[in-house]
Amino acid sequence: MDSATSDPAAAGDPAPRPPLRASADNGLKIVVVGGFGAGKTTLVRSVSEIRPLSTEETMTRAGEALDDVSAVRDKNATTVAFDFGRITLDAHNVLYLFGAPGQERFWFLWERLFAGALGAVVLVDTRRLDDSWYAIDRLEQHGTPFVVARNDFGGPDFAPGAIREALDLDPDVPLVNCDARTRSSSKRVLIALVEHAKHRYRNSRPGPRSYDGQVPVRQEELPL
Amino acid sequence: MNRTAGQPTGQPGNGRGGSGGSGGSGNRPGRDDSPDRLYTLTGGRSRSAPDSPFDLVTLVVAESDPAPGMQSEHAAILRLTERPMAVVEVAAMLRLPVGITRVLLSDLLAAGRVSARHPRRTAVTDPDILEQVLVGLRNL
Repeated sequence: MDSATSDPAAAGDPAPRPPLRASADNGLKIVVVGGFGAGKTTLVRSVSEIRPLSTEETMTRAGEALDDVSAVRDKNATTVAFDFGRITLDAHNVLYLFGAPGQERFWFLWERLFAGALGAVVLVDTRRLDDSWYAIDRLEQHGTPFVVARNDFGGPDFAPGAIREALDLDPDVPLVNCDARTRSSSKRVLIALVEHAKHRYRNSRPGPRSYDGQVPVRQEELPL
Repeated sequence: MNRTAGQPTGQPGNGRGGSGGSGGSGNRPGRDDSPDRLYTLTGGRSRSAPDSPFDLVTLVVAESDPAPGMQSEHAAILRLTERPMAVVEVAAMLRLPVGITRVLLSDLLAAGRVSARHPRRTAVTDPDILEQVLVGLRNL
């Protein structure tokens, strides 16, 4: 499916997507992280009020968003593509859902792109649990609230305890089952995440990087 | 390790080169644009600002109608943002990379042709905002 819908020349044409309300003034982000084929875009699509769109950002190796076109020519630039959808929550708040591959080599890009996110959903496929290890490590290190959602692909039906063990999940991190194709199921995953975040911040007022007494881990320096 | 399929390709420079494994969704914004075209779009300027004020979810609102003779991308942005639209959505609709879109938006902001509603940074840890998010999600 073609995820972008119009040419630049036609961008002002009436689009088959509801515009935001004129009062909308606060954009919020949730990131859906997962390995290839884990169902990130499926989840985004099932709850989004618009057909998911795709765009890309050019970043330097140092992870800075790059607005400098001349540097695109240089080898220090990397292009990352991501899908997103949106949910109008009320007159003011609009939630954007971003699907991001969780693989190690792009993680430093996501960290900056999605700074200020409410939290993350780690979508796992039980046939490929190891795809999620890196993402979980980094979310823990950063103190970003997250839930793990097991997308039901009809894969091995592991008991929750076995999945927790395989992922070495902290007992406080919610593990939920979902069918990412279903709106109600995807909605429950998002609710579980926000409830978790709310609980977390209620119990620890300091910033998101210093909860649970965990020492924030410095972002590793990447060679330029 | 077959984790490479579907990952964004890290092709620097010419976006055409070696894009055969780029996941098959095609038509990525900017991917088929040569850097030279993007360079022209932004008038060859470097960054919009050291700290670009535009977050991915900053909501942009047009403050004026397109004017005759205006750069077509600027005009397109003003049409798109008659109602609020997030930066990331503007970029996707224009099929331009987010960075280029930020440069174009910075021009319009500096000229007073758009206004920007930035995300409230404290919102992500504010229990009241989180409660509003929960209410909104439950009402879906």
